[in-house]
Amino acid sequence: MRSDTRVPPPDARSTSLAATSAAAAGRSAVPERQVTLAWRRFKRDRLALAGGIFVLVLVLVALLAPVLAPYDPAEQFTDGLTADGLPVPSTLPGSTRFLLGTDQNGRDLLSRIIWGARVSLTVGVLANVIAVGFSVMVGAVAGYLGGWRGNVIMRFTDMMMAFPTLLLAIALVAILRPSIWVIIVVIGAVYWTWIARIIYGAVRSLRELEFVTAAVSIGAPTWRIILRHILPHLLSIVIVWASLGISTNVMLEASLSYLGIGVQPPTPSWGGMIQQGQSFYRAAPWLVIYPGLAIMLTILCFNLLGDGLRDALDPQQQRR
Amino acid sequence: MVAYLLRRMLFAVPVLFGISLITFVLIYFLPADPARMYAGPNASVEAVNRIRTQLGLDQPFYVQYGRFVERAVQGDLGYSYQLQMPVIDAILARFPFTLQLTLAGIFVELLIGVPAGLLAAVRRSTWLDGTSMVAAMIGVSSPPFWLGLLMLYFFAFRLGLFPLGGAGTWKHLVLPAVTAGLGGAGWYARMTRSSVLEVLSADYVRTARAKGLAGSTVLRRHVLRNAINPIVTMVGMDIPWFVGGVVLIETVFAWPGLGRMMVDAILTDDVPLILGTVTFTAVLVVVSSIIIDLAHALLDPRIRLG
Repeated sequence: MRSDTRVPPPDARSTSLAATSAAAAGRSAVPERQVTLAWRRFKRDRLALAGGIFVLVLVLVALLAPVLAPYDPAEQFTDGLTADGLPVPSTLPGSTRFLLGTDQNGRDLLSRIIWGARVSLTVGVLANVIAVGFSVMVGAVAGYLGGWRGNVIMRFTDMMMAFPTLLLAIALVAILRPSIWVIIVVIGAVYWTWIARIIYGAVRSLRELEFVTAAVSIGAPTWRIILRHILPHLLSIVIVWASLGISTNVMLEASLSYLGIGVQPPTPSWGGMIQQGQSFYRAAPWLVIYPGLAIMLTILCFNLLGDGLRDALDPQQQRR
Repeated sequence: MVAYLLRRMLFAVPVLFGISLITFVLIYFLPADPARMYAGPNASVEAVNRIRTQLGLDQPFYVQYGRFVERAVQGDLGYSYQLQMPVIDAILARFPFTLQLTLAGIFVELLIGVPAGLLAAVRRSTWLDGTSMVAAMIGVSSPPFWLGLLMLYFFAFRLGLFPLGGAGTWKHLVLPAVTAGLGGAGWYARMTRSSVLEVLSADYVRTARAKGLAGSTVLRRHVLRNAINPIVTMVGMDIPWFVGGVVLIETVFAWPGLGRMMVDAILTDDVPLILGTVTFTAVLVVVSSIIIDLAHALLDPRIRLG
């Protein structure tokens, strides 16, 4: 559904350039010296470094949730609600009883946010494994085959892209019934198209290079050329999208949970916490503010990390 | 131009066909039983079977698909169990609200995003550049429903400047439109910045400066005109995301549009209404991508359609 008049998105252009430049060097996409160079570039980028460090902290928080959370996220405290049955605000200046206050059921908000990191990261990472894996497969095959077969595959991809992403995810989850595994598969299934287009563009330019011709001329089978000669060059794109994709998936998961069709209670998820707390937002705005802040910071840091990785792995597109 | 338009529409046919097939496969192969849903949870097995025959649900897949396409072409997307009315009527009743919000939101995106990106590019590597890019990144990373609730809290509840939700006057539209636009504005700012930076280093810009044109004239006549193209492309690519995001915003602000109707449909298991809405919006996306291509050609004489 895309005409020739369209220019590719900047990502497609820059990443395919990266792949080509690496390919032109005639080595694997990220050989050891390039890794050192990329790391040096990455280290200079303070925002990306901050993003990366926060991502590490987040992973630790998710892993160590049972140790770090002050209370059981499901425990309803008798002193967790005021006499009017409203959530208790942060007790920080006076005591450390409830650092971020309690929710509408008298549960400790901080503990729930800490446990919520598990859901967000699990969905974000696993859905991205599906999306990136599938898109690399589709993009590489379509890009390498080209011709009418490549065209058919990419027209199908375009068709999937015509569906509003979130709406398609909502429809699928609604029909399949929400559970964390359904959500992971659905998010992976609606998101792969974007990455597939970028991979497709990169493979199209890769296959014109001499080493592919050389492999063809010595009679290497197609699957071997794709696996051994094309795929390694896609590594830098995959690394960048491993990060940028997670941020999108975390957003999708939070949105589904906010609509009430994401991860189901009592499992604490950030989007679900906002959904359940929003009817109290006038009396207890923290029920909305803190979980949202957690979502925003998580997405922000994966975005910063992804941007930094792109700049570091792609010398041709340095931040201007 | 007319020939191009016709060809684009012709190309749209297989895409729409594919969209309908995907939608139909979803209904057909997924576990929910439409006859049971139509009959309601308390109906007897006989009643459910009768309805199954009535609706033709016992026919083979290709027969059912053929009938679905036949009806869909005539604008019949099925019957909503919950609203007790044809799906297409329900959609058309809500569509004007969603359209209003979408257009207002894209307007806000461009109104904030493009000037911010332009400013960042022109004042590159200054605090202005840094601040607007960090702000853009935060905007992009904020969940729209969260932004919406914050807006409601501060501007509607605390300051009382706007109504707390619903639709009707222009005041009802302000907060939803700004919320819808803020996140996207970040993408536009980033895009505009890199697009303008690319143009700024072009030879013709140097020539324009060398012949002594004022800075603002160069920006207006040479830079912006050439930088606008990727921005138009982005409006086209943005629409599927935007339409999805509108669902969330309509939910937050109780805005009576398609998205909210669809969320209600989900909560009541109204499968025809869910799938009808998805199909309808997918068709809209296809149509808007044609419009965007035409806009491209109008804005850039280098692109000739045909």
